[in-house]
Amino acid sequence: MADGNARNRLAPVPFRGAGFAPGESRLGGAAALVALVAIWQAVSSLLGVSPLFLPSPMAITRALWRLIAEGDLLSQVGISALRIAAGWSLGAIVGLVVGLAMGLFTFARAAGFAIVSALFPIPKIALLPLMILWFGIGEPSKIATIALGVFFPTAISAASGVDSVPRNLIRMAQSFGLPFADIVRKVVLPGAFPSILAGFRISTSIALLLVVSAEMVGAEKGIGAFVLQAGNLMQTDQLLAGVVVLSLMGLAVARAIAALERRFASWR
Amino acid sequence: MARLVVDNVSHRFGDLDVLADVSFELGANEILAIVGPSGCGKSTLLSIAGGLLASTQGAVRIGDAPATSLNPLTFVFQDFALLPWRTVAGNIALALEHTRLGQREIEAAVADVLARTGLADFASALPKQLSGGMRQRVGLARALAVRPAILLMDEPLSALDSQTRDLLMEDLERLLEQGNMSVLYVTHNLDEAARLADRAIVFSRRPGRIRAISSAPVAREKRADPAHAEAIARWRAELWSMIRDEAQAADRETIDG
Repeated sequence: MADGNARNRLAPVPFRGAGFAPGESRLGGAAALVALVAIWQAVSSLLGVSPLFLPSPMAITRALWRLIAEGDLLSQVGISALRIAAGWSLGAIVGLVVGLAMGLFTFARAAGFAIVSALFPIPKIALLPLMILWFGIGEPSKIATIALGVFFPTAISAASGVDSVPRNLIRMAQSFGLPFADIVRKVVLPGAFPSILAGFRISTSIALLLVVSAEMVGAEKGIGAFVLQAGNLMQTDQLLAGVVVLSLMGLAVARAIAALERRFASWR
Repeated sequence: MARLVVDNVSHRFGDLDVLADVSFELGANEILAIVGPSGCGKSTLLSIAGGLLASTQGAVRIGDAPATSLNPLTFVFQDFALLPWRTVAGNIALALEHTRLGQREIEAAVADVLARTGLADFASALPKQLSGGMRQRVGLARALAVRPAILLMDEPLSALDSQTRDLLMEDLERLLEQGNMSVLYVTHNLDEAARLADRAIVFSRRPGRIRAISSAPVAREKRADPAHAEAIARWRAELWSMIRDEAQAADRETIDG
């Protein structure tokens, strides 16, 4: 054992790191957003940028407030939300059924993955003209386009969710003699749920994207049509107010899915 | 009388022969250990015995189970196989929910087995909140809840540290004494085999064949007596002498690819 003097000569071991583990900083995120808006406002005010090219955050807020007060924006948002709800529900239900079948049954898997792999990369908005031909210019074509966009990520996430359920859990259930339907209900579905939710996260973003695109192509009402019209009229403050609303819609959906995750997948 | 008869079972995965002509009987209330080098087909045999894998050749037959049994043949898995989204009580109830028992009977059966396995205070805990030893207790409780005639245990203690393993072995001895059960116990740990088993089947390396069937020199209930420690140690050494060369060869085979 080292004596007192020898011990004093020993150098402390330097701290060399903790494995690049990123921490959490909610304050940092909020501060970054506030800083971005502040810089934007400063650039608009101090450099005298034309509000046509870059309206200031204050101008956008005023436009947003005015549109809300007049009730116009909310009705546009309501129409888009209904289209999203219909298209997303249809696509998600069919996608779930097909995806679960792909995960559970050999033939459905072979056929499903071949078809999904071939069709998934197609930008769904490119099919809107075809949808309009099939279903007319009204609501069905927009809903079908959204449903198609939602179907693929939902089916893929459901199928990979089933794949991700540990086989030992299914073997365990089989060893206790659980019937097939019970295994699906009590083991496969809960096990696949986190992956399905991850698919929902993607599919809701796609639905938002597609509703705006579809409304820009062939609608008089809806947030997409509103943004397009504002752009055509050079009302860039209103255009960006619409964009802010879209961003808020996306955030609201992400929050809702996070709440679902906390409620039903807290076991992870 | 035999509770389980394994009759000339062979198995292959593709071109790989895993088991060759395995035949033995598991007696009533007997604990039969299956030991052998890694990859010799021990767990494959257990899957075949439990009906989770169809053998390429041969058959496994089971005797009449007691009328009280809800599932004559159940597993305790090496990795516990607990549903992470269900509580301890929920995991145990899973094994009973499709049986003839009503809801109240299920609750009573779960409470009974929780008490017997020392888990009563953890009924509403999720698996992630439990230690490895407690998780395996849940696995054991789930298997016991259906009152099996035969328990198939696949390296049930191998994922645990040595202290937890010792504690769980004590529990296992006590629980197995209480029940009218036969046990097929797959392990690579000869200490477990020497402590728990009435007989041990020694497998060769792949394809697994029965090299020897060896009976314990001392009855299970007398093994805690230090006077028999030497005899048990000799039996363990005898089992190891039969496995050692095979294990070494299997190890080299694995490294050689």
